[in-house]
Formats: sequence, C-alpha cells, structure tokens
Amino acid sequence: MRAVAGGVRLQGIALLGVVERNTYLVKRYGFWELAFFAWTVANTLTIVFIAKGVEATGGQLDVERQTTILLIGAVLWSYLGIVFEIITETVAWERWEGTIEYTFMAPLSRAVHLLGMGLFAVLYGVLRTAALFLVVAIFFGLEMPDANFTAALVLLAVASVSFVGIGMITAVLPLISPEKGAQLGFMAQGFLLVVSGVYYPVSVLPDWMQALSVISPATYALEGIRAAVLDGAGLGAVWGDLWPLLVLGAVAVPVGLATFRAGERYAKRHGKLKRSG
Amino acid sequence: MYAVEVSELRKEFTHRKARRRERTTALAGVSFAVARGECIAILGQNGSGKSTLVRLLSTLLLVDGGSARVFGHDVAREARAVRRLVNRVSVEASFFKRMSARENLSYAARFYGLGPAATRERVPRILERVGFPLERDSAPMEDLSRGMQQKVALARALLTAPTLLLLDEPTTGLDPRSKREVQAFIQEVRRTHDTTVLLCTHDLVEAEQLADRVGILDRGRLLALEPAPDLRRRYAAPTLEEAFMVATGRALEDDEPDEEAA
Repeated sequence: MRAVAGGVRLQGIALLGVVERNTYLVKRYGFWELAFFAWTVANTLTIVFIAKGVEATGGQLDVERQTTILLIGAVLWSYLGIVFEIITETVAWERWEGTIEYTFMAPLSRAVHLLGMGLFAVLYGVLRTAALFLVVAIFFGLEMPDANFTAALVLLAVASVSFVGIGMITAVLPLISPEKGAQLGFMAQGFLLVVSGVYYPVSVLPDWMQALSVISPATYALEGIRAAVLDGAGLGAVWGDLWPLLVLGAVAVPVGLATFRAGERYAKRHGKLKRSG
Repeated sequence: MYAVEVSELRKEFTHRKARRRERTTALAGVSFAVARGECIAILGQNGSGKSTLVRLLSTLLLVDGGSARVFGHDVAREARAVRRLVNRVSVEASFFKRMSARENLSYAARFYGLGPAATRERVPRILERVGFPLERDSAPMEDLSRGMQQKVALARALLTAPTLLLLDEPTTGLDPRSKREVQAFIQEVRRTHDTTVLLCTHDLVEAEQLADRVGILDRGRLLALEPAPDLRRRYAAPTLEEAFMVATGRALEDDEPDEEAA
C-alpha cells in the first residue's frame, strides 16, 4: 500500500516537473513568445477582416456575427497550433538536445510525461488564445452581450483532452526524425480544421469531408463554442456537442499513448534515441 | 545479489547500405557480474559496444537476446524499477542549453520524485560538491564551458542518489584540470555513497585509478574483466595499453564503425 502511495506521489511530482520544465523553456524564449503572439494577432486580423471585406464588396451579411464566427475559428486554429506545437516540438527539442534519453531513463511513466506536456500546452494555450481573443475583439469593437464564456471554456477544456491525444500521435515522428517530424503537428492542425468548419459551416463541405468531420473533435468544439459565444447557449444547450467530445477524448488519449509507446519501442529497438555518443 | 548481472547479452542494429539492409552486431553475447559497491571500467575503442551496453542497462535500448539485471530487476521486464536505481553520465552533457544549470537540475529532480523543498536544498549542495561555481547557476548552459557542463551532468546523475552509476566516457574531451576534478569526484562518491559504478572509457590511467576491475570490450565481445594487475599478467604486458593491444590486436585509439549506426 505504501509502495503504491509512493509511486503515485512520484508520478504526481514528475507531472509537475514536466510543467515546470516547459515553463522554463517559455520563459527563456520570452522574446520569441511575444514575437509569435504578435504574428498570431496579425494572422487572425487578416482572417477576421474578411467579414468586413465581404460587406465592402456588396455582400449581405451580419458583419458583427460573421466577424465573431471568423474570430472563434481563428482563435481555435491558434489554440490547436499551440497545443500540437508544444507537445510535438518539445519531443523534437528533446531529441535535438539529447535530453530525451534522460527523460526516458527517469522513472516517470510515459502517460505522465505526455500528459504533463499536454497539461502545460492547455494551460499556456488557454492563456495565449484568451489574450488573442481579447485583443482582436477589442480591435473590432465586438461586444458579444449574450456570450456564455463559462460554457465556451468548458467545451474548450473537454475538447482539449482529444487535442492532447492527437498531439501524442503527432509527437511520434519527431521521436524518430527530429529534423522533419515536428512538421506533423502543423499537418494535423490543418487536416483537422479543414474538415471541421473552421471558417464556414461543415454543410458546405463535400460528403466525404463531412463524414470526416464527424470524428473530428474540432467540429464539436467550434459548433459548441460558437453557440455559447454568439447565442449564449448554456451547457445543457451544447450537450449535443459536449458528449461527442467526451467520447472522442476517451478514445484519443489511449490511442495517442499507444501510438507513442509503439514509436518509443521502435526507437529503442533501432537505437534512434541517441543524438551522439 | 549482484548490482549488475549480464548474461549472454546481445544487441544488433540494422542500417541501410546501397538499398540493402545490413546488420551490425553491437554486443555479441556479453556476460559479467558486478558486486554491490564495486567499480568496473570497460575499455574499448569507439564502436566496440560500450555505449550500447550502457544504454541497455539504462533501459534506452531493447535487448535482442540474453538478459541484464540491475539489483535483481530485469531491464526489459522491470524497466521502471531499474530506472529508479540507475543514472548515467555520458560523453555529451545533454541539457536544454538555454536553460540554466539550476533549472535543468530542478526539473530532472522532479522526474525522480523530489519535491520542491528537497530540490531547493539539494541542488546548490550538489553543485557545490562537484565544484560548480554557484554564482553561475542561473546562467544558460550554453554559456558554460564543456568542463562545467560535465560537472552539471554529474550533479544531475548524483542528485537522484543512484545505486548504479553508469559513466560513459565522462571525461572525454575535458581539459586536464576538469578531468582530474571529475575523477576525484567519482572517487569521492565511491567513498561516501553506496554506489556501484560502471565506467566506460578509453582512458587507461582513469580505468586503472578508479576501477576495481578492468574489462576489455572488443567488437561486442568482452575479452576479459579482472583487476588491472591480473589483466597485465594475463597478457604478459607491462602496461594496460599493451595488454589491450595484445588482447585485441589493435590500439585503443583506433575506431570501429559506429556500433549504433542505424
């Protein structure tokens, strides 16, 4: 019993260790974080201006509503980017620096290692995208009087479980190939969002893409968050989006862990973890 | 119970050569045992299988055949139990280079279950013990000399109080002073801790000074493992260097192809 408690304590401390490590990394690259944030703001503005552009060229639309729809899409795009980037690039980074061998030698479980990175990614991602949302909303003077931000945050939190699971899958390639593997995170982000209605309703997609949208957690996150922010939908009203996210999260994390473990076994069998020596 | 018990340990790597996959044998049935508290040195050329042996014992590679046990725990089946007992210093001091020594050690300590209070107390103490200037503990690792980085690597390994310390060429590339300091610290650790040491090196003086027994690993085969005087007697050689040459037919500085070229 005492051994089990000791083991749980070790894993709990190790989880915080992973969060602590990624916090140091962000701190040490603070200037770059600011630069990337400025780039994300500029990128988001280019998308959100489309609503005003359509109106200016004679299109008939509710600019305020459409601007908010685009903003939510752009913010979720940015959030997914941060989550996938942190999980995937940290593994790539560890491979570059050679620290991955020391992480894999430590007695922390792989689940704790990966979930620690996921936890940091979600916490940091929420902070960054909340700041992005605020900056762009102020820029456009968006008011969103009916918004239910609590429901939106709950949806984002539940969706994040699936995103972390997918991030674990994308983290496999940098384990094997640190030079190019990290790009898989960007690919996953793109593929996931194109079928999920990031800036448009899923109904405009071809049938085969609509079929894929059913298994994408981003579809439900986008629909639910838009309903919460635009129409003030509460948790009961967005249950139709919430339960698929719960199911997808319950599947994505074990699949992500199993995929990463398979990659780790491959790397250990073929001696792919070493950087030098 | 032995600290390390290796029996017929085998490891092969495959690599592509002109569209063909070729197999390289890194370890070809290595067997030996290390008693608790003992220090053994394994001599071998680059590519002889030393690093593969260290990586197998630290659960970073999967065994292809035979077995390896650390304090009775099988490295393949009880990897997590082994990881609690083992730490390693390699030729390359691998760190997040923009992070400081204190930050690198702090998160590494957490991975072994050290809480914040214990880490705050232990990190400066261990850095001081390895002769690292504490006023530099907030400087990025990339601003430190190689010797200082290697001291931090030693501190990282000892922070977790390992019962088996695997040293894979820990002094290679260090200036003579840093080399002496690191060697003195290894001796101190042996005197003051219940630590078993497996040292891989191609420094013959280092092997003779630090180890109770010296082994010769050649092309994945362990040719001998005995006290240095016995080794010299066995090969009728006045020095360890000559004993190595007689045993292997080559000088220690000659290189074998990379054992893990994959």
